[in-house]
Amino acid sequence: MAADLNLFITEATIEGADDGPLAGTTVAVKDNISTEGIRTTCGSEMLADYVPPYSATVVDRLTEAGATVVGKTNMDEFGMGTTTETSAFGPTRNPADPERVPGGSSGGSAAAVAAGEVDVALGSDTGGSVRCPAAFCGVVGIKPTYGLVSRYGLVAYANSLEQIGPIAGTVEEAAAALSVMAGPDPNDGTTRDPSEVDGATGSAGDADYAAAADGDVDGLTVGVPTELFDGADERVVETVRDAIDGLVARGAETVDISLPSVEHAVQAYYVIAMSEASSNLARFDGVRYGHRADADGNWNETFAETREEGFGAEVKRRILLGTYALSAGYHEKYYDKAQDARAWVRQDFEDAFADVDVIASPTMPVLPFELGEGLDNPLRMYLADANTTPVNLANLPAVSVPAGEADGLPVGLQLVGPKFDERTVIRAASAVEAE
Amino acid sequence: MSDTSESTGDAGENEADDVDTSAGSDGSVVDADEVRHVADLARVRLADDEVDAFAEQFAEILEYFEALDEVPETDSEEELVNVMRADEVEDGLDQSAALANAAETEDGFFKGPKVS
Repeated sequence: MAADLNLFITEATIEGADDGPLAGTTVAVKDNISTEGIRTTCGSEMLADYVPPYSATVVDRLTEAGATVVGKTNMDEFGMGTTTETSAFGPTRNPADPERVPGGSSGGSAAAVAAGEVDVALGSDTGGSVRCPAAFCGVVGIKPTYGLVSRYGLVAYANSLEQIGPIAGTVEEAAAALSVMAGPDPNDGTTRDPSEVDGATGSAGDADYAAAADGDVDGLTVGVPTELFDGADERVVETVRDAIDGLVARGAETVDISLPSVEHAVQAYYVIAMSEASSNLARFDGVRYGHRADADGNWNETFAETREEGFGAEVKRRILLGTYALSAGYHEKYYDKAQDARAWVRQDFEDAFADVDVIASPTMPVLPFELGEGLDNPLRMYLADANTTPVNLANLPAVSVPAGEADGLPVGLQLVGPKFDERTVIRAASAVEAE
Repeated sequence: MSDTSESTGDAGENEADDVDTSAGSDGSVVDADEVRHVADLARVRLADDEVDAFAEQFAEILEYFEALDEVPETDSEEELVNVMRADEVEDGLDQSAALANAAETEDGFFKGPKVS
C-alpha cells in the first residue's frame, strides 16, 4: 500500500524517549526538515545525497516527548507546488483516490496520515502546503501563527511566510503535537512567546492546545468572507456551507464579511515567495553541499551547470521569476507593490477580527486534481492557492479540517483566527469534526 | 527577512551592468532573450526548449502580476523588535561535520571550481 502511494523518500527510524506526552506516537517528517544522520532531500536531485549534521528543533522536541520518527515524506521540490508532482522522486498518490494528487507541497505527509501509515506528520506551510494536502487527503492540518514554531532546521524556501505545522487524523492529535512543537527557540530569532505578544488574546499563553479541542462553539462568531467562496467549485461550496451550518446548530453565529484585499493575495504571495526563493536557493552552488556538475568551466559556468542539473522546472521557474522581480527597474513594480498588498491583507484581517472570532471558507476552491492535470500550466496551479495564501501573508493561524465529501472526494474547511489564537481555531475545527 | 546577501554575494563581476540593461523596458512582454538574461543572472543554465517554454509561461504569469498595480499604497505597521543574545562563544559544527557533505575538499577546506 505505502509503496504504491509513494509516501516516503526515505524510511528510517529515530526512536523517541520512553515516556512523554507523545509516547507511542509515530511521526513522519517532511523531507525539507533536517534529521541528523538521515538524508534530507527537499524532494530535489540537488540534495539527493545530503545528510544533515543536526536535527531541526521540532524533530528534537517531538522525539523528546516520546514520538518515534519513521521516515521522511515526499514533497514538491523545495516546497514549490500544489500537487507533490514536482518531486524529483515521482508523485505521491492520494489514498482517497490513487488517480488523483494528494495536494502539496506536503503531500507525502498528508497521504501518510490518511493511509494510516503514521499517527502524525510534519509539513511546512509557505502558502498553504500543510492545509492543501490535508484538505485533499481528508485529514487535519494546522498552520501555526508565524513565530509560534521554530524553523531551525527547516530548509528555507520563503522564510518570511513559512511555518512548520502538524497533520493528523483528528484535531486533537494535531493539537497535541503542536503543543510539543510550539514555543520560543534561541536558534530561531523569529519565534515568540505568545504570552508576551501585544494584542494577542488572553489564552495565547496557554500551550495546551489539545484541551481546546472540546467542540464548544456556543456563542462563537464565524465570519464568512464572500471573496473566498466566489469562483470556488459549487460542490466544494455546498459541502463547506453545510459544515458551517453545523457550527450554527451548535450555537455559533455567522456573519458575512468582506476581505477585498485577498483578490491580490495570490499575486503578492508569488512575488514575495519567488523573490525570497531566488535569494535562499542561491546557496546551492555545489561547493559546500549538494549536487555538483562534472563541469570544466569556470566558477560561474560550473554553478550554472550544477543548478541546471540539480533543480527541476518549477524551482527554476520560481528562481528566475524571483530574480526578475527583484532586478533593477522591476523591484518597485513587483516586489514593493507585493509588500503593499501584504500589509493590506494583514489590515483587512485585523479589521475583520474586530467583529468575528474566526473566519471560515473552503481550504481549496477545487476538488483534488487528477495526476498530471496541471503540470503544464503553472499559473492555473498558482490560482488554486487563492484561499490559503492570504493567511501566510497575514502571519495568522489556520486549520484545515474535513468538511465532508463531494463526489466521493474529501473537501476541507479552513478556519482562520487572530494571531496566536490557535486555541479558537482548534476549538472551532473540533466542532466541525464532531458533526 | 530573507537572506539577500547570498543572492548576490557569489555573483559575477558585471552584475550591476547586466541588471541595468534589463531596466527601462516595459516589463509585460518577455522574450527568449530576456529569459536567458535572467537565467544568467541567477546562474541557472537552461536548454533551448526550456527557454521557449519559460518565455511563454512568464508572459502569462507576469501579466497576472500586473494586477498588483491596483493595490493602494499601504503603511506597513509590522511590529519589529531586536532579538539579542549574549556575545559568547558556543560550540558549532566541527570541521569534519562541516565538510562531510561537500563534493570536493582539500586540507580541511571546501574546494570550489576554478575562478576563471
